[in-house]
Amino acid sequence: MVDAITFAKSDEQTMLGSTVRDFLEATVDFDAVREMSTTEDAMDANVWNGLAEMGLIGLHIPEQYGGAGFGATEVGVVFQELGRKVAAVPLLSNVLASTAILSAGTDEQKSRFLPEIASGETVATLAVYEGAHDRAPMAGEASLMSRDGGWVLNGVKRYVTDAPNAGVFVVSASTPDGVALAVVPSDASGVLVAATNSLDATRPLGEVTFNEVSVNSDDVMADASGAIAAAMDMGVVCLAAEQVGGAQWCLETSVEYAKNRYQFGRAIGSFQAIKHLCADMLVAVEHSRSVAWHASATIEDAKESAIAVPLARSVCSDAYVKAAGDTIQILGGIGFTWEHEAHLYFKRAKSTSLLLGSVDSYRDRLADAVGI
Amino acid sequence: MTGSDQAALVAETIDKLLADNPPATTEPKTFWGAQFDAGLAWVDYEPGDGGLGVSPKYRELVSRRLNDADAPMWNRMANIIGIGMGAGVLAAHGTKEQRQRWLRPMFTVDEVWCQLFSEPGAGSDVAGLATRAVKDGDEWIINGQKVWTTLAHLSKWGMVVARTDPDQPKHKGLTYFIVDMESDGVDIRPLYQITGEAEFNEVFFEDARIPDSQRLDEVGEGWRVAMTTLMNERVAIGGNTVPRGSGTIGVAVETWKKSGSGEQSDRRELARLWGEVEAMRLTAMRATENMTAGVPGPEGSTGKLAWADLNKEVTSFTVSMMGLEGATIPEGYTLEPTVYGTRMTERVLSPQRLFLRARANSIEGGTSEIMRNILGERVLGLPGEPRVDKNVPWKEVPRG
Ligand SMILES: Cc1cc2nc3c(=O)[nH]c(=O)nc-3n(C[C@H](O)[C@H](O)[C@H](O)COP(=O)(O)OP(=O)(O)OC[C@H]3O[C@@H](n4cnc5c(N)ncnc54)[C@H](O)[C@@H]3O)c2cc1C
Repeated sequence: MVDAITFAKSDEQTMLGSTVRDFLEATVDFDAVREMSTTEDAMDANVWNGLAEMGLIGLHIPEQYGGAGFGATEVGVVFQELGRKVAAVPLLSNVLASTAILSAGTDEQKSRFLPEIASGETVATLAVYEGAHDRAPMAGEASLMSRDGGWVLNGVKRYVTDAPNAGVFVVSASTPDGVALAVVPSDASGVLVAATNSLDATRPLGEVTFNEVSVNSDDVMADASGAIAAAMDMGVVCLAAEQVGGAQWCLETSVEYAKNRYQFGRAIGSFQAIKHLCADMLVAVEHSRSVAWHASATIEDAKESAIAVPLARSVCSDAYVKAAGDTIQILGGIGFTWEHEAHLYFKRAKSTSLLLGSVDSYRDRLADAVGI
Repeated sequence: MTGSDQAALVAETIDKLLADNPPATTEPKTFWGAQFDAGLAWVDYEPGDGGLGVSPKYRELVSRRLNDADAPMWNRMANIIGIGMGAGVLAAHGTKEQRQRWLRPMFTVDEVWCQLFSEPGAGSDVAGLATRAVKDGDEWIINGQKVWTTLAHLSKWGMVVARTDPDQPKHKGLTYFIVDMESDGVDIRPLYQITGEAEFNEVFFEDARIPDSQRLDEVGEGWRVAMTTLMNERVAIGGNTVPRGSGTIGVAVETWKKSGSGEQSDRRELARLWGEVEAMRLTAMRATENMTAGVPGPEGSTGKLAWADLNKEVTSFTVSMMGLEGATIPEGYTLEPTVYGTRMTERVLSPQRLFLRARANSIEGGTSEIMRNILGERVLGLPGEPRVDKNVPWKEVPRG
């Protein structure tokens, strides 16, 4: 377990990171992102198509189902870069949905659903939350009733990430035999998607109503509570890496500005009030990086990840929210403007800390795991 | 040697040490002597200096294995300044004779060490110190006052920085010596602190004499040696890869279980703090790993600052969790000099005492303000502040 921990990345992993970084540096256009931020269905098609060309959309999906077959460390590497540029792509949603399918689906279901998710042709997302305070989301009120050899789905799912852009929903619902997941195309009859204006417009949310939607029995995965939990944990790994990348951008931006902005005849970074905010940000970023890497490296180890996942969630969430806030402070008035990118990070930071369950709920999990 | 050869060598040497000196039946001092001779005191040092000449990353393996075997390890605590800092200074700046003279008895705690840097007029600005050393034949005569000298009352040797040339700018006129704390002209008086103990002392030098053979490095190079000491100190304080959940966060968890309120909000806060401490621990592990991989990164310098802030938070929260019981202190304040390394009393390990002791964490070994300056300037490359003491002869710098 932790004794044998290693943080060293292989050359391939480092390469992957720099390839993605170079690509995003060249592709993400913040003017366009700001523009997108006034819409309800932001999605950066240039980034998405580029990731698809690089074969990175199905990064953690096994090769037999059309993915790249990477482990969670590579997933972390990619998400860190996406976070560094607040990239507006639905990769988190894809990972959530496909992890659930990988975990609950039969071979036949995986072969049928995963290839088009892996290629980026279809955006898939996991629809599990119903209320604003759901903790470990399971079926909720949504139900699957059997009818004429198939199923009928009813329910309303909220705060569904990338709902406005999704082609497929993986929906949790209760059946007489427990929690199941249904795979439902967004154009199925009875599916109504309403975009929600989201705090972080680069990650659109939506409310999805399922009204008497017929679902083939082939498209239902039974006994899915473990799969939902696995998807959530994988989501936390992605978000933690993204939080590290975002916080790293905040640190770099703050330091750069503090070196070049002069007041009272001095660079503002020579004032301790500013320098010390930067130093604290450095500590927070390094701590986040440690726990995020640790969470991705141990995701397959059930005992250790019971600690590492909530640990990453707790540490990275606070760190990014504080870093993004302090960055605005260090930038002064310019940091408060729509023109500067800082607000994109600030919004991403806050909203990330609220997605996939509250940070407090993970602290409860952490307390359970370590025997507090 | 390849990595796996090194790992095998270290593992075999540990096996042999434990087989030849079963911890349960071996006197601690005998064990430490054998550990030193086996090269397991500081594995990365040269053979003969208590090492095996392997990568420092195996230090952690040694600690873990010895810890698992219940071997005595409290020499690190009893001689914290010697083993934690002095050894590193000797390894970097000592001659072969100096290393052979001092390292072994340091490790076996036959000779305790202290660090005489701070003075009443020079704390954060330690390079401004005023203690004078003047050459007299093959000896140096030393006069001045040091303060906050931890463990001076139990020490045989002291690492002292003194001014040998007051006409030079402050960083340039310093020289580093090892002084015999039992020699004439060295007067040690306990200084009582917030906890009622005296870990530290005032030390007065009045015509004390130091043989030139006890000078480390060249005359005028004292600042460079002092920096090595401080780097080692900060790693000793903040860079330790301790077992998960140990130390004050362990006390916090115990306190929650034994006398916590049971409130969910307390439990969450405790889990949050546990997570922050674990993040710091993982960062220290990452730093060790990167250090040995040859790419020291920023993660190596954050530990001291992070630890100071966190330890204050953790210990303060622990006392809060105790409710009214937190307003008491076991055994009260009995003014007495500290003796490390013996059995810790209930008071020493009580959350209340740990809470009080933690206030020093952001002062000792460089204040948190100074650590933030260092991170900001040396790691992040932010500009320094305007300086009024640069390139001015030391004797012309304002003091007070
Ligand atoms: C428990 C304990 C054990 C110690 N053990 C030893 C020991 O064994 N040997 C030894 O030599 N010393 C020891 N010290 C001394 C310690 O290193 C000094 O106390 C410390 O460096 C601060 O110096 P000072 O107390 O003179 O405070 P000052 O330097 O006067 O600082 C006072 C305040 O001013 C701030 N300040 C000073 N300069 C700056 C600046 N440039 N920018 C921003 N803020 C600044 C400080 O952060 C602090 O808040 C020990 C101290 C303690 C508390």
